[in-house]
Order: sequence, then structure tokens, then C-alpha cells
Amino acid sequence: MMRGPAGRIALAIVFAVLVASPLIIKRVTSRGERAKSRLSAQDALARHGFYLEEVSHAAGVNFVHQGPTLDPQLNHIMPQVASMGASVSIVDFDRDGWPDIYVTSSKEGTKNALYRNMHDGTFKDVAEEMGIADVNRSGTGVSMGAVWGDYDNDGYEDLLLIKWGKPELFHNDGGHSFTRVTEQVGLPQWINANTALWFDYDGDGLLDLFIGGYYSEDVDLWHLKNTKMMPDSFEYAKNGGRKYLFHNLGNGKFEEVSEKVGINSRRWALASAAADLRGTGHPDLFVANDYGVSELYFNDGKRFHEVGEQTGVGFAPKSGMNASFGDILNQGRYSVYVSNISEEGVLIQGNNLWVPKEGTNGSNLQYENLARDFGVEIGGWSFGAQFGDLNNDGTLDLYLTNGYVSLDHDRSYWYDFSKIAGGHSAIIIDAKNWPSMEGRSLSGYQTKHVWLNDGSGKFVDVAQAVGVTDRYDGRAVTFADLWNRGVLDVIVANQRGPLLIYKNTVTPENKWIEFALEGTKSNRSAIGAEVTVFWNGQQQKQEVSGGSGFAAQNQRRLHFGLGKSSQIEKVLIRWPCGTIQTIENPAVNQIHEVKEPS
Amino acid sequence: MSQQSIPMTPRQTVKPVAWKRFFSAENRYLAPILITCILVVGNLSFGMLESYKKTGLAIVASLLTEMILGRLFVGKWPNLSSAYITGISVGILVRSPAFWPYAICAIVSIMSKYVLRVKGRHIWNPSNFGISVLLFLAPETVASLSIQWGNYLLPMAVIWILGSIIIWRVRRFHITGTYVACFVVFAFLRSYLTGSPWQSEIAPLTGPMYQLFIFFMITDPKTTVRSTKWQCIVVGIIALVEMILRLSQVVYAPFYALFLVGPAALLIQMWRDSRRAVPARVAA
Repeated sequence: MMRGPAGRIALAIVFAVLVASPLIIKRVTSRGERAKSRLSAQDALARHGFYLEEVSHAAGVNFVHQGPTLDPQLNHIMPQVASMGASVSIVDFDRDGWPDIYVTSSKEGTKNALYRNMHDGTFKDVAEEMGIADVNRSGTGVSMGAVWGDYDNDGYEDLLLIKWGKPELFHNDGGHSFTRVTEQVGLPQWINANTALWFDYDGDGLLDLFIGGYYSEDVDLWHLKNTKMMPDSFEYAKNGGRKYLFHNLGNGKFEEVSEKVGINSRRWALASAAADLRGTGHPDLFVANDYGVSELYFNDGKRFHEVGEQTGVGFAPKSGMNASFGDILNQGRYSVYVSNISEEGVLIQGNNLWVPKEGTNGSNLQYENLARDFGVEIGGWSFGAQFGDLNNDGTLDLYLTNGYVSLDHDRSYWYDFSKIAGGHSAIIIDAKNWPSMEGRSLSGYQTKHVWLNDGSGKFVDVAQAVGVTDRYDGRAVTFADLWNRGVLDVIVANQRGPLLIYKNTVTPENKWIEFALEGTKSNRSAIGAEVTVFWNGQQQKQEVSGGSGFAAQNQRRLHFGLGKSSQIEKVLIRWPCGTIQTIENPAVNQIHEVKEPS
Repeated sequence: MSQQSIPMTPRQTVKPVAWKRFFSAENRYLAPILITCILVVGNLSFGMLESYKKTGLAIVASLLTEMILGRLFVGKWPNLSSAYITGISVGILVRSPAFWPYAICAIVSIMSKYVLRVKGRHIWNPSNFGISVLLFLAPETVASLSIQWGNYLLPMAVIWILGSIIIWRVRRFHITGTYVACFVVFAFLRSYLTGSPWQSEIAPLTGPMYQLFIFFMITDPKTTVRSTKWQCIVVGIIALVEMILRLSQVVYAPFYALFLVGPAALLIQMWRDSRRAVPARVAA
């Protein structure tokens, strides 16, 4: 028994320490997590191996995204409802070997831009002359994203444009112009979509198309029948848009087969990505949903099976806004990064880094969320993110953009937002019940995150140090070696903000290799092809993607950093049709153009 | 008929029917059963918990702390129903991607009963103290449950009805009822003052956070004042302070309001008791 004064004093001391423990933990964990101060280019290069310089103006890119103006019944919450649409995708539309940039705007009547790479450090907007600029006409909806894929295998990447409105497919006519083929291929009249991707789910050599709806497709956001179009729950909503899977029939037509193959969801999809997660040769599909759990569909080549809960990724509902894959531990296995919302003092969802559990694979594959352990958990109101080796040290780093609505610096909408988010579905579903924003910000002006991977399970945020200092409301992030220099440049689309081009300068000590693949039996875009590079006793796997992150698509070419190693043992390429190709000792610091063996 | 004509039966020989015994203030397991129902219904219907492990951690930490401190400082193994309620409340109400807040919050909550005592009585509701401290000191890691009962009206209705019956039987419904009535009145007042839709002001009341708050925190017998009248007055003041905090856009207004008003009311009661006791002693 410790009833005496000494015992009481000891208890009080322990109690005081425990009460103070959150402050102690905060101090300890924040040490070394973030290099807060900006470094000079030379210091950043010496310390982190790279630095980023924003060069959009110098490159001739002066694109500013503009948001839509929806039905006046939404005026009181317009900034948050009209808070998406800035997207960016990378494509070499004219096959000149230099990446071009397609970027969307979302104000009615504004034009999208296709920036042709002029090979001299500058870009020129050719969207108008190509016929893919004027796509936001009143009554047709506005752009939300774009993904490129060569659906007819003619060698030129075609453009799928998703909208809150009528989706559009444009056929690329030899890199000289585009022809609208929306009606011929059978796309629906109206979808409120925020995510789409090209992938060959059945391995028939033809690219199929997945589109994920956000708002229900019977909602015309410019002419609301009523205001009950909001999610019916903040974390369990199932009144979102339907999902579409368009099977490519090969004759310029598509058949919608989602229900037939097991994709039947009305969650609020914001991001999707596909990769062969189990080594079956078939791409599995990951869908990150706002207002709910993520969904993971295992693909057996004919049907999809939703295994979110079984694999662990679909248990805790959050606000999924990104899906990207990366072999972050150089083990030949993909982790998945899903972005969510974290706002100090209000809502701490934390982003998810789903890492495959050791000892699980195939149909027993399971994931655990290691975002906290790896240091990539808290990213504000997170949106798009991508994995890529920014300093060519041989490990994949992570770039995350964020920020939701930046209006009045000093007034926040969070209190009102949290109030309505806690309400019953009958309240939350009706936009007229939402308090007016009145010019207030909602997680605005946030600092971005560039997490450097140390290769052993720790990421350190170096954004400020390497020059990423913008505070726009970031949406889409893409990586591309814009000037064929062997480095990944970063392109960021911001909501109601400028398109940013961060030109990357990497220490020349670090080597690299890139692969530009072209399918023959497989789809010609080689989407789904998997490249594993073996070097210096390690391996890294990457897959050609038909869309990933949030409203984004990286360059088709795969980029590998190699650190100081100047020799590669071998490279394995697994083509979507199953062919395995081995390249022994390829030269480093080169772009390798590889055609699928016929 | 006069009162005398009624045959009187000695009170101690009356044996209440089983259900009445079960739903009575003497049943110490009633509240634990109710909160378990909330947990089970909430999680089975739409997966309310952050994770089983985290909730389990909070419950285990709470029970262990109670057992150890009870043994060390009271000299006996304590009844664990109160610690179980605290653990489960922490497990449901705390939302954090990390594990440590669940353990720290549960331990601090239980320890507060043994440390923060005045005249042999603890003055904060344990889970209210732990959660308020954590929300205040670790906002970058911890938030509280702020979601609704999915899309389903039924689980919410079940909890409200069951909770109300139990609270009625344990003779504390007046506290819950007064608070809810005050909250609704103040919600309309806030709506009038701020111009926000009244639905958005009422909205928080429909969430599970408030169900735990009104059925467990504000009705805690150990940390409420004695008389029925003053219990109603105090809970009205809690709702009033909450409204003031809400007008200042404090997200966790109910927790902080109880944190501030609850102990103050108890201290005032103790002070009044001591003032009454002095003349009594003098007279003696």
C-alpha cells in the first residue's frame, strides 16, 4: 500500500509526466523529420543530391487553372464544391521522343492546353490547332482530368478526357491533329468523373478503360433538380457516381462491362491506379474513395474481386484522394500511397502507405499501413502524389501536393465543416444545410512535401530545402524527364492556380537509366509492362501506367536512379502479353528504346 | 381511500421483477453493457472503430491502471466497470493513426481519479479529463470521433432508445434530457446569431460522439452534483458554455465545456457543504 504522502507525491509526478507526454513525444518525433529552411542550390545538391527550380514562365508556360461556377443553389459553398479539375498528364503525342504536357482548365468556356515540347527548354501550346482545347463549352460540363493511351494500336497516343459532364475520346491522327470519336466508341452522355485510367485488364492486347464517378451521373451540377447531391455520409457514403469499365472490342468500339466483371460500387471515387500486385500477369485495380474506404479489385483476367477488407486497405474509412504504386523498399513489391485529410486539432486521418505484409502474397496478399513508421503520414489536406527517384540515388522518393481551398488567410471554415460532417446523413446530404463559407479558407496555403527515401524505411521531408516553396492548392502531380537529361522533373497542376514546372538538377555522381517501351503483341503503349532492374545486389520494379496519382499521368518512359553504381547486372521486362525479355548489362545514363519481341 | 387503509408491506420484503432489477441503479453493469452495445452496434453496422487493436489497447490500459492504482492506493481490488467504461469511451472517441494516444489517454483518465481529488473525491469525469487533455496538447496527432452513424437511422435509434431507458431507470434521465433540450434551444439561438442553417447546428447531436457524451460523461454519478435541481442547472450551464465555445468556433466545445463547468460545480457544492457544516459544529 502506498497511501502515505510519498506514494501520493510519486503518483502525482508520474501523472504530470504522462500529461506532458504528448508534448515530449511531439518534440522527439519532430526532430530531423523536416528540413525546414530553404537551402541554396549548391547546398541542396550537396546535402540531398538534387534541387528543384520552378521554371514555368521561362519555359513559356503561363497556364492558370480556373474553376467552374456551378448551380447558384451552391453559391454558399461554391469554393469547396468547385474545388477540383486541375489535372496534368504527360504524353509524347507526336512521337518525337520529347514529353509533352496536357493540362486542363475547368471554368466554362476556358480552354485546355497541350504544351508541345520544343526541345530547347520551352513549350508551345498547340491544343487549339490540334482540336483539343475548346472542350469546356457551356452545357457539356468541364474538364476534370485526362489520360492518354493508344487504344487502336496505331502508334499514337489517344486522349480520354473526363469531365463533370460528357466524357470525350479524341483519336490522335498521326500526331498532326485529333478527331473526336466519343459517339463512335459509345461513351455515356454524362458522368461526373474524377478518375480514369487505361489498362489492358484481359490481356488481349487492346487497352481498356476504367472511369470512376464522383457525383452521381444523374446530377447536372449546373442545373440541380434539388440540393440533395452531397455525400450521405462523411465516411460511409455510397451515393456517389457509378463505375465504368469499357472493354475495348478492337473495332473502334467499347462495351461497358463493369457489372459483368464484378465492379459495382457507388462510392465517391477520386483516384485509381492499376498494377499487377500479385504477379499473376493481370493488372489489379486500386480505387481511392472520398468519404469512405478504398477498394482493391483483384483481377483474374476475366473478373474482378473486391478484396479491400480482406487485404486490409478497405477497413478504416477516410477521404482517399490519391492512388500511386511504388517499390519503395527495392524488393520487387509495390506499396500503395493513398492521401487523406489531416488538419491539426480537427481531423487526423493520416495518409496511408500500404506496404505488403511479409509472408503474404498471391491471393493471400495483405497490406499494413506503415505511413507513420515511414514518416509520410501527415500531409495536410493531401491530394496528388507520385513515387519517383528524384535524386537518382536508387530509391523511390515521394512528392505530395496539398491544400484544399485557400481564400481568407485568417478565417477558417473548419469549425463549420466539422459540424456538418458529424451530422446524420439526412442533414449532410443536402447542400442547403451546409453553412456558408463566406470567403473562409479550408486547409489553405499549405506547405508541400517532398519526402526523400533513405532506402531503409524512412522518408525525410526536404521540400523547403530543395526549393518546393509554393503554397497553391495543389491537385495533380506528375513526373517526367522533360528535357531528356536523365532526371525526373515535377509538374504540378493547382486549383485556380498556375501550372508549375519544377526543373530538377541532380548530382552527376548518381547514375540513371530509362526505358521507353513499345508493345507489339501487347498494347502498343506498353501500359502494364513491368521492368525490373537488378544492380548492385538490389532490384527495383516499375510498371508502365495508364494513369495514377490524382488526375494525373506520368511519362510513359520508366526512369530508374542507380546511385553511384555504373553497372547493371540485368533488366527483366515482362510484357502485358506475358513475354519475358532479359537485357544483360545495359549501358547506364541512357534512354533505351525497347520494342516487344514479336 | 385513505392512506391508512392500504395494507403496508415492509419495503425490504418487496422483490422487484428481474427486468427491473436489471435496469436499476443498483446494477453496476448496466452502463458497461450499454456502452458495449454502442460499440458493437456502431462497429458491426458500419465499422465505427479506428481499429480493434487501438480500442483494445485503451480498454486494457484503463483496466490495468485501475487495478494497479486501486491495489496500491486503496488497498483492494477495485470494481472495474468504471474503468471499462473509460477505456471503451477512449477507444471510441479518440481518433489517431498512432497507438500511443489510446494508451496515454486511458492511463491519464484513470490516474486523474487518484490524483486530482478534493476532500476525498475526484472532480473530473475521467474520460472527459483524458480526452480534453489529449485534444488540447496533441492536436497534431489526435482528433475525436466526429462522424455519424453511417447511412443508417436504425443503429442511432436503437442507441437513443436503449440509452434513454437505461438512463431513466438509473434516475439520471433528467440530466440527459435537460442537456439535450438546452442544446436544441442553443442550436437555434446560434443559428439565429450566425446565420448558419439550423440543421447544421443540430447536426452534431445526431452523431455517436454526443451519444457517449450525454449518456456517460455528463451523467457520471461520481462527478455530478447531488441534488436533482442542481444537476439540471449545472448541465444547463454546460450547454451554455458549450454554446459560447461554439460561437468561438471551438470544435471540441462539449468536452471543454464539461471540463470547465463540471469540477467548478462540484467545488462550489463542497464549499457550500463546508459552510453548512461549520454552524452545525458550532451549534453542537
